Amino acid sequence: MKMVTAVIKPFRLDDVREALAEAGVHGTTMTEVKGFGRQKGHTELYRGAEYAVDFLPKVKLEVAVEDERVDAVVEAIIAAAKTGQIGDGKIFVQSLDEVVRIRTGETDRDAI
Amino acid sequence: MSKKYLPKPAWLAAAGMLALPGLAFAQANTPSVNAGNTAWMLTATALVLLMTIPGLALFYGGMVRAKNTLSVLMQCFAICCLVTLIWVLWGYSVAFGGQGAYWGGLSKAFMAGVGVDSVSGTIPETVFSTFQLTFAIITPALIVGAFVERMKFSAMLWFIGIWVTLVYFPIAHWVWGSGGWLGGDGVQDFAGGTVVHINAGVAGLVCALVLGKRSGFPRTMMRPHNLGYTLVGASMLWVGWFGFNAGSELAADGVAGMAMLVTQIATAAAALTWMFVEWGSHGKPSVLGICSGAVAGLVAITPASGYVGPMGAIVVGAGGGFFAYYAVTMLKTRLGYDDSLDAFGVHGVAGIVGALLTGVFSSKSLGGAGLSDNASSIIGQVGIQALGVGVTIVYCGVVTLIILKVLEAVMGLRVSPEDENTGLDLALHDESAYDL
Repeated sequence: MKMVTAVIKPFRLDDVREALAEAGVHGTTMTEVKGFGRQKGHTELYRGAEYAVDFLPKVKLEVAVEDERVDAVVEAIIAAAKTGQIGDGKIFVQSLDEVVRIRTGETDRDAI
Repeated sequence: MSKKYLPKPAWLAAAGMLALPGLAFAQANTPSVNAGNTAWMLTATALVLLMTIPGLALFYGGMVRAKNTLSVLMQCFAICCLVTLIWVLWGYSVAFGGQGAYWGGLSKAFMAGVGVDSVSGTIPETVFSTFQLTFAIITPALIVGAFVERMKFSAMLWFIGIWVTLVYFPIAHWVWGSGGWLGGDGVQDFAGGTVVHINAGVAGLVCALVLGKRSGFPRTMMRPHNLGYTLVGASMLWVGWFGFNAGSELAADGVAGMAMLVTQIATAAAALTWMFVEWGSHGKPSVLGICSGAVAGLVAITPASGYVGPMGAIVVGAGGGFFAYYAVTMLKTRLGYDDSLDAFGVHGVAGIVGALLTGVFSSKSLGGAGLSDNASSIIGQVGIQALGVGVTIVYCGVVTLIILKVLEAVMGLRVSPEDENTGLDLALHDESAYDL
């Protein structure tokens, strides 16, 4: 099992969610986050006071998937989140040791 | 201005007294209240109160960080209440109670002799007093912009109470009060350019210098948290200002009508001036910019509103917007003081520009109502205006400094660094503006 974490542009969220559903993903967790990478922030000007805004709003999605689905899920996210512009985000894939569904006590593949 | 304490109808009554003793006798026995004037002044009074609560409170409240929102609203609201009580106890009397050159005395302290039948000009004295009270409320509330996000609430209350007593009431008397020495010198200040705006602006600058910068200024991000509030507040100020300027005629007549028109014109001219200058120098027009420009225009036209014509108003407004823009964007940055919401940059600078330009565009040759009797030329009137400006700056600056230094020694002016970091809403009021 893998945990796929994707940091994407907020306005791509709906498309990514649909693409994940088509790829057979039943659930995901979304968090509004801020970060910086190669995409530079912007400046804001208030009565002559200039502020550099370095951290830009992004959306972080976390998806737990079976090993055989990882490639399809990653590709689905890329296809839906890509704009070709700097700042499209990143995908991190980590191994996942254990999954438990709280209501039933099911574990691992049954719990995903 | 002389009209303030001796409105036109009173002049006419005085003239009639000389010419027709019989008629004058009848008028002297029944000081006449004009229903139309009274109705307008009741309305104007409510409009000017609206300028402070909630107009100015929202205008300022939107510009601070979210953690200090309530503290700013609270300061404006509390000042409104505090000044009201001081006004009826001694403020009205010191400002308008008597004929002295320097103060009005205490003959009307506790509103002595002000009853249902008291008349001031052509309106009930109760209405005149309440109208003037609303000016006494907004002036110290304007200073709040200079010390937001760091001043102790208790010190703020003491400061405002002492400041209105030692600075506002005397200057109001000098310019508007019966026998006041500045009004007698021919200073043209229709609705309070010197008394209200330069006064508050200079006091704000002294506050910013004595209290010092907010911790982290100017490196930390201190962007306005809700410019929607600021636009709503600026709009309320604009609407309320019709009561402020047109109401200062103390009558529902042609001068009031012209004051209303030029107020609208100057505000629009200043807002667009600020917007275009900012657009040209920075590349984008901003909401905060156009709102700031509008307020600068309202400030600039305040002394001029009963004296200048429509085309003069365009120049007064544009001048106020232009110089205030450079004061807040360049002067403040260069000198490095933290006049947080630009009480001085907007009210002080646009007030000075407006006061001086009043001396130019009140000339009949430039479409105005005419220079004062003490001036034979535009240059002479501008000189008189400069005297009024200079006296206000020096007196207000010195006395404000003394008040602050005494309070600093007695009780301290600033909150602790921890409280400043927490935000005044939680630290001083145990409340938060938002639950998000």
